[in-house]
Amino acid sequence: MKYDIIVVGGGHAGCEAAASSAKQGLKTALITSNKSNIADMPCNPSIGGTAKGIVVREIDALGGLMGKIADISHLQIKMLNSGKGPAVKSLRAQGDKVTYPKNMVKELESIETLDIIEAMVEDLIVENNEIKGVVTLTGEKYYCKALILTTGTYLKSKILIGDTSKQEGPHGEVSSKHLSDKLASLGFEIQRLKTGTPQRLDPNTIDYSKLIEENGDLIPLTFSFDNEASYDVNNQRKCYLVYTNANTHQIIRDNLTRSAMYGGYAEGIGPRYCPSIEDKVVRFSDKERHQLFLEPESDFYPDLYLQGFSTSMPIDIQEEMVHSLVGLENAKILKYAYAIEYDAINPLQMYPSLESKLIKNLYTAGQINGTSGYEEAAGQGLIAGINAGLKLKGKDPLILKRNESYIGVLIDDLVTKGTQEPYRLLTSRAEYRLILRHDNADLRLRKYGYQTGLISEKQMQRLREKEQNIASLTKELKNIKIHPKEINTEIKEALQIEELSSGMNLYELLKRPQIKISFLKEYLKNEYTEEIFEIVEIAIKYEGYIAKTNREVEKMLKLESKKIPKDINYAKVKNLASEARQKLEAIRPETIAQATRISGVNPTDISILTIYLKKEYGKEEIHD
Amino acid sequence: MKENICAISTALGVGAISIIRCSGPNVIEIVNKVFDSKDLTKVKSHTINYGHIVNNGEVIDEVLVSIMKAPKTFTKEDIVEINSHGGISTTNKILEILIINGMRLADRGEFSKRAYLNGRIDLVEAEGINDLILAETEAQRKYAINRTLGNLSKLIIDNRKILVGLQAKLEVNFDYPEEADNIEMTHKLVLDDLMIIKDNLKKLLSSSKDGKIIREGIDVAILGRPNVGKSSILNHLLDEEKAIVTNVAGTTRDIVEGVISLSGIKLNLIDTAGIRETDDIVEKIGVDKSLDISKKADLIIYVFNNNEKITSEEIELLKQMENVKKLVLINKSDLESNIDLSSISEYPVVFGNTVSKDGLDELKNKIIEMFNLDEIGSKNFNLLSNARQIALITSSLNSIEEAIKSVEEEVPLEMIATDIKEAYDLLGEIIGATYKDELLDELFANFCLGK
Repeated sequence: MKYDIIVVGGGHAGCEAAASSAKQGLKTALITSNKSNIADMPCNPSIGGTAKGIVVREIDALGGLMGKIADISHLQIKMLNSGKGPAVKSLRAQGDKVTYPKNMVKELESIETLDIIEAMVEDLIVENNEIKGVVTLTGEKYYCKALILTTGTYLKSKILIGDTSKQEGPHGEVSSKHLSDKLASLGFEIQRLKTGTPQRLDPNTIDYSKLIEENGDLIPLTFSFDNEASYDVNNQRKCYLVYTNANTHQIIRDNLTRSAMYGGYAEGIGPRYCPSIEDKVVRFSDKERHQLFLEPESDFYPDLYLQGFSTSMPIDIQEEMVHSLVGLENAKILKYAYAIEYDAINPLQMYPSLESKLIKNLYTAGQINGTSGYEEAAGQGLIAGINAGLKLKGKDPLILKRNESYIGVLIDDLVTKGTQEPYRLLTSRAEYRLILRHDNADLRLRKYGYQTGLISEKQMQRLREKEQNIASLTKELKNIKIHPKEINTEIKEALQIEELSSGMNLYELLKRPQIKISFLKEYLKNEYTEEIFEIVEIAIKYEGYIAKTNREVEKMLKLESKKIPKDINYAKVKNLASEARQKLEAIRPETIAQATRISGVNPTDISILTIYLKKEYGKEEIHD
Repeated sequence: MKENICAISTALGVGAISIIRCSGPNVIEIVNKVFDSKDLTKVKSHTINYGHIVNNGEVIDEVLVSIMKAPKTFTKEDIVEINSHGGISTTNKILEILIINGMRLADRGEFSKRAYLNGRIDLVEAEGINDLILAETEAQRKYAINRTLGNLSKLIIDNRKILVGLQAKLEVNFDYPEEADNIEMTHKLVLDDLMIIKDNLKKLLSSSKDGKIIREGIDVAILGRPNVGKSSILNHLLDEEKAIVTNVAGTTRDIVEGVISLSGIKLNLIDTAGIRETDDIVEKIGVDKSLDISKKADLIIYVFNNNEKITSEEIELLKQMENVKKLVLINKSDLESNIDLSSISEYPVVFGNTVSKDGLDELKNKIIEMFNLDEIGSKNFNLLSNARQIALITSSLNSIEEAIKSVEEEVPLEMIATDIKEAYDLLGEIIGATYKDELLDELFANFCLGK
């Protein structure tokens, strides 16, 4: 069989990659080792979270699927950081692990140009450093013009529980034994990473009276810019707070040598951002307790997920640990926690388009690139699918900048800094986060989705209306002046003793910290949705800070416009520090801006490089 | 076409000799025009030549001139170095003559920049700043930074640590909102840290100002109506302190009458025209100029006569000089007093008599006290700073102050985190930890003048 694009792997990266490729009108195949595991959530049931929730919105803005599917497949949804400022707010849903994959498969099956094939890929067909196709375990060959590898944790995966280990993927799935060797033989640097998942418990064996409930928000919420909320806000599943205690910590400390990680049975590097419970106890020994969550996985089976308790202890210790928790004294463990090790490639060997620097038309996305998280995977899958498609059409790749999206931050970090542990997005990784908000993802990115054909004319029209409404409300606020006599009680109370100078416009009034946009509605001529009010309020209230961020962005874009010639020979750039020279040689940044972000390349190295470029490539006279 | 540049390479001020360095394609010819003994265009490279610098037939100074021809020079261009007899006036005069004859005053660090751009980087390895550029390892880089910046670097690093700690505490709240066991960063907690930084930066800035005083001295303008004894005071001060220079028509200052040393610090005494209401255009220009100079001075000594009333205009005038320290000298203390002291109560007052020279010591002591000169003079100056560093610390302080204002208005903390990051980056620029496009220019520009 011959396809334009083949996607290997049916996880969150694979689904987005296959859909975005096929929706560009390209004949696409999604090859997965087990159809029933497509869009599986083998770990945490939640979708979204800090930074990640914004990624889901960005995926939606670009025409991806995750937000749309999550909206119709969750058990609970809430806005995190709702008490903090606008730039760190983020949605998080508890996905239903049965409905989400089901709805995703339905969506994928509805795409005409997409075939789903069940097979285990074990080899690649490569000619003259260009990808030509794949070979399955049974020897079948599938040919393609571009290939996207989204193999997740399935490359040489190994499950670790205490001192026992099995060569398999999540759910006892067969793992790919030869694909990573093939990649290594093609020049890919393979690294070993580790992640873990906690116990699943029987809900009928929990003493809920001893736990604290965590509920969803009572305001209807959606990830997608196109969806109306379709769930009952009053009928959401509950999560529960659980705490570890001194007893739990003692059990862990007494048995550390029996943990796969601490007993030396594992070689992979785990994420600092999602540590195992033994890691937490060892590294933060002064902390008296750690917080855990008990979360429902599905309406269709009983398991509760014990978030924060991931471990690679043997099962007898796990029993002790779980039963030491207040409220869980009699809890029945349905599935034990485990650590999983897998092979990943070095993301420094990819271009920002996610195409490999080694093999033409070979793209990679998701955990194979060293990331962790469904959202990070989906974001990369979407971009890999879009860019493989653009490449086949002879167009420039879509490279999102750091000031445009979290997905851009993620990919730039990967290809510039690499990663030695599973990479998770954080709002602190985004230096321009004040403008990368959940509320403006469509304003930032929908145009790109439209250009690539993933966003319809109708969706685009809706965006234009939104933009018009924003402009119209802003204009009204600027034009309407109110006199001291006209102020309503809300404003009066907020301002307290402060007197209004006569004829102040609403725009200026809104800038005062005490004034909310809701106080001003009665003075407006037109009606607007809450969404519009929120966006405009943020833009006006934080105008100064947003302007400051934009100035930083401009500085960065100036450096971004300084391209480094592809043929540069770093050996000829005298006086570079040796570490900087090595890094520059390995990463070969495309712009000076990218070079500044490489760790180990110091400001002085950048100066030396800039002068070298001016001398060697600049047309203007160097001096005077 | 490259320009011919010149600058004073040694510290300007009281020294045994001063060196003026010139670099460029025609520097030898230009210096030759003002050199009186042999023909410098005919001497061998790398020779030292004795003679005089002359201007319109007048001998300015007895000098030694080093001739170094390209390419074996610091900048790989022709270089001439003139060793003169120090002192602000002579050195400035020579510089002025060179500029009149076709050279341009070098930008800060321009020699190093030329050396660098002309590929002579290896010649400057010994310098701390160039160590920085050449550093092969992190350890070397740190060493170079320490050498270049001394204790300042440590102070900056310490303050950045506080800022980064604050940032980290905030970020944990943003990224892990449900971890209830982390400290919830309130506006109050943020404020506490910000106040510490603000305090530290302010102290740093004041020590930087001391640094400026040490290098450049204190500009003192003597103001007052005509004939209140301004000139007498000036002359007494110059006589007593054996003026370093007198009657300089400087290039940097308008009318420096003389420079004296007080507790090891230079006082640049500036003469001004008498201040009075006048219709005479020429005199008015003089008065305006005096006021202008006074505004730029570090200290104003305002002289009144004991037997004359202080006018409201004079009080107003003193108030206008907002950012300048002020001291009032009441002359002719033996005469009957017509002065309402309450109108000038906010300024230190010294009574004196220019005839008997009474009050002169008190005046000097007052100045020493006002500028803390005893302490400055004896301090171990590791913090000597340049304009770039002062500007960066000031900007960083501004960011902190903005953050404090926002904290008081309870602006969301992620906005305030922007200010904190900005302050952190600005401090980082001082020690080269933050990249900035113009870093190179700035770096060289602040590598001391003429080096």
